[in-house]
Amino acid sequence: MTKINSPAELEEYRKILKSKIDPNRRWISLCSGSACNAARSAEVAAAIETELEKEGLSGLVDFKRTGCHGFCEKGPIVDIHPEKICYLNVAASDVSEIISETVKENRIIDRLLYTDPSTGEKIAHEDDIPFYKYQGRIIFSSNSKVDPKYIDDYIAVDGYSALAKALFEMNPDQVVDTVKEAGLRGRGGAGFPTGKKWEIARANPGDTKYVIVNADEGDPGAYMDRSVLEGNPHAVLEGLVIGAYAIGAHQGYIYVRQEYPLAVENVNIAIKQAEEAGFLGKNILGSGFDFTVEVAQGAGAFVCGEETALLRSLEGKPGEPKARPPFPAQSGLWGKPTNINNVETWANIPMIINNGASFFNSIGTKGSAGTKIFSLVGKVNNTGLVEVPMGITLRDIIFKVGGGIPNGKKFKAVQTGGPSGGCIPSEHLDRGVDFDELAKVGAIMGSGGMIVMDEDTCMVDMAKYFLVFLSEESCGKCVPCREGIRQMLNILTNITKGNGKESDIEVLEKLCKTTGSASLCALGKTAPSPVLSTLRYFRDEYEAHIRDKRCPAYSCKSLISYYIDPEKCQACMTCGKKCPAEAIVGGKNQIHVIDQEKCTKCGTCFEVCPSRFRAVKKISGEPVPTPIPVEARKIVREGKQK
Amino acid sequence: MSEIHLKIDGKEIVAKEGMTILEAAKSAGIPIPTLCHYEKLEPYGACRICTVEMEAQGRKQLVASCVYPVEPNAVVTTRSEVIDEVRKMILELLLAHAPDAPALQDLAKEYGANEGRFEKEPSFCILCGLCVRYCAEVKKKDAVAFVDQGPKREICFVPEVASKECWNCKECFPLCPTSYLQAAYVLTEGLVGFKTS
Repeated sequence: MTKINSPAELEEYRKILKSKIDPNRRWISLCSGSACNAARSAEVAAAIETELEKEGLSGLVDFKRTGCHGFCEKGPIVDIHPEKICYLNVAASDVSEIISETVKENRIIDRLLYTDPSTGEKIAHEDDIPFYKYQGRIIFSSNSKVDPKYIDDYIAVDGYSALAKALFEMNPDQVVDTVKEAGLRGRGGAGFPTGKKWEIARANPGDTKYVIVNADEGDPGAYMDRSVLEGNPHAVLEGLVIGAYAIGAHQGYIYVRQEYPLAVENVNIAIKQAEEAGFLGKNILGSGFDFTVEVAQGAGAFVCGEETALLRSLEGKPGEPKARPPFPAQSGLWGKPTNINNVETWANIPMIINNGASFFNSIGTKGSAGTKIFSLVGKVNNTGLVEVPMGITLRDIIFKVGGGIPNGKKFKAVQTGGPSGGCIPSEHLDRGVDFDELAKVGAIMGSGGMIVMDEDTCMVDMAKYFLVFLSEESCGKCVPCREGIRQMLNILTNITKGNGKESDIEVLEKLCKTTGSASLCALGKTAPSPVLSTLRYFRDEYEAHIRDKRCPAYSCKSLISYYIDPEKCQACMTCGKKCPAEAIVGGKNQIHVIDQEKCTKCGTCFEVCPSRFRAVKKISGEPVPTPIPVEARKIVREGKQK
Repeated sequence: MSEIHLKIDGKEIVAKEGMTILEAAKSAGIPIPTLCHYEKLEPYGACRICTVEMEAQGRKQLVASCVYPVEPNAVVTTRSEVIDEVRKMILELLLAHAPDAPALQDLAKEYGANEGRFEKEPSFCILCGLCVRYCAEVKKKDAVAFVDQGPKREICFVPEVASKECWNCKECFPLCPTSYLQAAYVLTEGLVGFKTS
């Protein structure tokens, strides 16, 4: 494309783009984010192109491969516009019918629609599906409208108008003030006020300053930053240039993990196109402001999401955190004042500049303005990415947006904030979700990970899971983190294996204190959170493991046994055939018995025992009943007696 | 450089801007224990045994005195129940690895650390990094380095470099607070057969 040299030229160009778009035209949007790609979205895309061609619709019906639509549980997702008919779990084999029926004939294909699990009702339009209906998408809303590989799509949805406004209608101080007034807080974890951060970086003296996009998302199960960068890279870039202008930086970096190949690809394409269009480079839009940006790929260490470790990694050194102060705003990349914000934080900026601070802080709560994208995963029906206004209750997120807990199980807790966060039990489900409210119950907002757990989750085991993660991801530099996590993990492992000691909880609490207060960086300082929050709400589970050698969730293998109730067993042989350890003794008309020596506790027998019998039981904290004598095992069936 | 006034353990101290709390305390004769600190090297802040309590700008926090710069009007405490608990725990964690290290034994006595609190995992190295940093910063040779991360972290001589550089140097040996460094060196020597000429 030709270079755009002024805001007037940009508006002119936008007008042309918009004039080509008939709001009533028919077009197809296919989710092509990483999650849908894994569900063969590329095959669906190829099929759509072939079918459109075959039906003579090429050029008449637009087709866009967009970023993540969020409803990852049901991908690949196809939206048919202008009605926004939403088809879920679409396979390549469904495409010819979609084109011939819906695209050509306006007929809806029932089997591809969302089915409400409680009523069985089919829902045709995206906005009516509860998963979408209860969200408040202001950042993510563009994801399903733009093809991230085409800058024109972004410009057509008012892209880069905020940049023009900032550069030509505002001075840097006004930009900083607007962000401050908006009340935007960092979406990466700590929730530090973004405007304040910019103000400090702006105030620090120096001709050379840097701005950085932290795309080193690493919480297990979290992928919102990935999806924003994949699906709408220009929003992040636009925010970054505005921030650079406000702070006085002329060079920026996008630090993204190399496990995010699509994000790396799309952001590189976006940079190239933005350079050609004149939104990056020298004399941006004719304003005299220069700014260039480079992509730096990280190797995927969790600790590199920590600012000082990220900076060292960018400098080509081992990704180990450094003591603060000095803070990056004072002495960051190569000793220069540096401002680092997370992907989602940057993506919020254009909207704030365009719509003003009061628009933004009218959404959300007093201390936490705007929306937050959560990665809703775990034991919840509608897994995916959800963007909700701050202040929405956990109950609404999990039960209205998320559709509740699968298989009729009971909700137990939700872990927010990843390994640095905490678990929140059902008694706090009606709390509003924002930075301060979550902190009050011992959890954190973090970067937006939300893992739902049901009654089958052992909370000691859950804490152990996060400690394993943290021990692998600790850089190992400082003693409280490296050794503290090691010993906490040892104790948790012992407890889940039935080797817990009465003094373990006290030692755990002491370790939590030292690791939490004396570690070098935030990874160590927050590492005790999974232990502390599970101790806070589920201390009885720890005690059951330690004192009664019982796992109340029937989850810790060392503490459970499987047992076949002889009263209920009908000797159907289903479990015997499926048992991979050949641990089930018994044959036709012989009540089955589990050989406890051979049993590997895989749970197969429990799962396959027909529900009309339910003869296999899980037991914990009590001895396995002695098997009935062999001679008593014969089942004599009525009517079959000879 | 401007002067900074602060209080350490109730004593009025005038320090220079850019000084660490540890340096300021030392200048006033107030002892703070250290394990990974060495004057010739950049402050590292890894062992955290030098943790002190600092109150500045209305905020009270634990900081590692070897890396934390002095702040105007800060009130620093170098011994308290909280600090002693932290130091005691750090010592207990390290004693699991190097139970016989004299530096740890002495401190253990002072802070009442229980050597047997955690199961022994003798690695004999407390990963203070004195050898690694001395070789990198003073000798500029990088003959010994850290490998791996988290609990798997260890020091390792780089055979190709060590075989050329270490024979006539060994300046890191006396810095090691345990006896592991020599052992690691001898092991590398034995494995690759250093040239003596």
